[in-house]
Amino acid sequence: MDSDEDERIPFSQRAEWSDVKPVSQDDGPNPVVPIAYTDDFRETMDYFRAVYQSDERTHRSLALTEEAIDMNAGNYTVWHFRRLILETLNADLHNELDFIERIAKSNSKNYQIWHHRRWVAEKLGTKATELELDFTRKVLSLDAKHYHAWSHRQWSLQVLGGWEEELDYCGKLIEEDIFNNSAWNQRYFVITRSPLLGGLQAMRESEVRYTVEAILANPDNESPWRYLRGLYKGDTSLLLSDPQVVSVCLKVLSTSMNCVFALSLLLDLLCLGFQPDQEFKSVVESLRTSDSATPDSNLAKTVCSVLERVDSLRSNYWAWRKNNLPSPAVQS
Amino acid sequence: MHFNGEQQRQSIICFLVCSLKGFTMGELEVEKHAQYILSVEKRKDDFESVVMEHLRMNGAYWGLTTLDLLGKLETVDKDEIVSWVMSCQHESGGFGGNVGHDPHILYTLSAVQVLALLDKLDVLDIDKLANYIASLQNEDGSFSGDMWGEVDTRFSYIAICCLSLLHRIDKINVEKAVNYVVSCKNLDGGFGSIPGGESHAGQIFCCVGALAITGSLHHVDKDLLGWWLCERQVKSGGLNGRPEKLPDVCYSWWVLSSLIMIDRVHWINKEKVARFILDCQDKENGGISDRPDDAVDVFHTYFGVAGLSLLEYPGLKAIDPAYALPVHVVNRIFFGR
Repeated sequence: MDSDEDERIPFSQRAEWSDVKPVSQDDGPNPVVPIAYTDDFRETMDYFRAVYQSDERTHRSLALTEEAIDMNAGNYTVWHFRRLILETLNADLHNELDFIERIAKSNSKNYQIWHHRRWVAEKLGTKATELELDFTRKVLSLDAKHYHAWSHRQWSLQVLGGWEEELDYCGKLIEEDIFNNSAWNQRYFVITRSPLLGGLQAMRESEVRYTVEAILANPDNESPWRYLRGLYKGDTSLLLSDPQVVSVCLKVLSTSMNCVFALSLLLDLLCLGFQPDQEFKSVVESLRTSDSATPDSNLAKTVCSVLERVDSLRSNYWAWRKNNLPSPAVQS
Repeated sequence: MHFNGEQQRQSIICFLVCSLKGFTMGELEVEKHAQYILSVEKRKDDFESVVMEHLRMNGAYWGLTTLDLLGKLETVDKDEIVSWVMSCQHESGGFGGNVGHDPHILYTLSAVQVLALLDKLDVLDIDKLANYIASLQNEDGSFSGDMWGEVDTRFSYIAICCLSLLHRIDKINVEKAVNYVVSCKNLDGGFGSIPGGESHAGQIFCCVGALAITGSLHHVDKDLLGWWLCERQVKSGGLNGRPEKLPDVCYSWWVLSSLIMIDRVHWINKEKVARFILDCQDKENGGISDRPDDAVDVFHTYFGVAGLSLLEYPGLKAIDPAYALPVHVVNRIFFGR
């Protein structure tokens, strides 16, 4: 895997390990789910078991855990023992952050690494604030939707702070990939939880403008539509009364044809009692195919019918919506 | 995707014609998948095996549950399995992923599930195990994975599922556990791993499962979540875990089981999901992969077969969407023989 693999000296040939008797994996006589091992791995783990069982917490056993982790970063018992050793040796945890970063390069989807990172960062406290933002930014630059990285970043902001540039960071990621749902989720996290911004109420207007722009750029993008609804946090009267909401809906329907998300939002607005004007009615009417049955006088029902056709994968869902329209929607 | 639209349309038409009478029996390679699972141990120097060593307990659960769903569980040596499982138990009452490994809530659930499959729960000191899990509950109702304190809604599900199977749910503060799960609910109706965490189908399964088992589904906005979940279906018919991500067979489990628990599974196109799973099979060597033509593994084989079971694929045993165990096993635990 790495360049000095050819030069690896077996533990049995290392003078500094000559006093240790390796302990082999006890699979029992007829293992249930026996695992096949490479020789190097087997030997490394045999030596690990020896120091683990004798509870040897020294620099050489620390180095051994590093070798074991290099071979298999998922082995949580090795990480567990490594933590015990680090505590006993009172090791410099800044070095540990570097170690984790190195391992994460090839194993970033591994829970143990992230958990270990969090343990170290928690111990370092605010000394780690910038380091954690930096580390997660690096991982996210390789995979901008990395669930663990986002989870760690959220934890880090809440426990260690560092909110100053987070909104800008979200903006940058959204600019790089407007479809990045994780970035939109983080944006919501920031505007609702950052101690530096005024909270959802204060941020709402500018965020609505921002979101509308994103929607118009890519109307088939699920994330900003959901984000838009989120900005009204269950306050339906606010959602209904904001002209920007109705206007983006109309704009998309007039120019994009068959936009599922715009139709879906329109449907929800109608269900909340929205009274559409003639412009809306005409646009929806133009989406209806000419060969369908007698036109429905009810706009909400028409919207459902259009959705059944253009989002046929979810036709059962739209049919259910049509049969369950609340009274505000049924009054044309 | 590697087929073109026209091929896809043709195979769908053909499939739909067959599906008027239900699925074609020969589509799922039952024998091959059973052989694949049983033969995993025959491999030497296999990288996948090397990295799975510490989570062998999970592997046993995936493999054995799949065999049971396929009707092939009688081919294994139950006593040996039980003996190995018990040798993974720690003095704290928790189970490690393998012999000599430290306990963790993940492997504790798998151990209990394996014993439940084999109808050997009576070998357990149930209170000791239950106490281990209860000790992992935190002040805010959340659960840690082990002594090191990692918190994730996955662990909330595990604790609740495990204790429920052992009839010991009263050992934890259920109200606080439920409140913590609810605090991870997002505006889109979904759930993340921690409060504010992005909605993700895997976390949603855990949270909905936890709420289902504790009789707390009224906290879920079923219509809103149902819609989010059915939006996971992409053109190819497969399911993804979050917006704008690729479909993966494992989401066939997490999305489907969640939809079933909230009674909204009819909102997706079931035939297309089944087609997607069947296309992920390695029809020559057995096993199922994350998406068509990728390498197979036990994890995806389990989720593929479990997903097909939820879709009522003929010939498969039914699986419980909340406990992720065959229904006959769950019935045995809650209703006696």
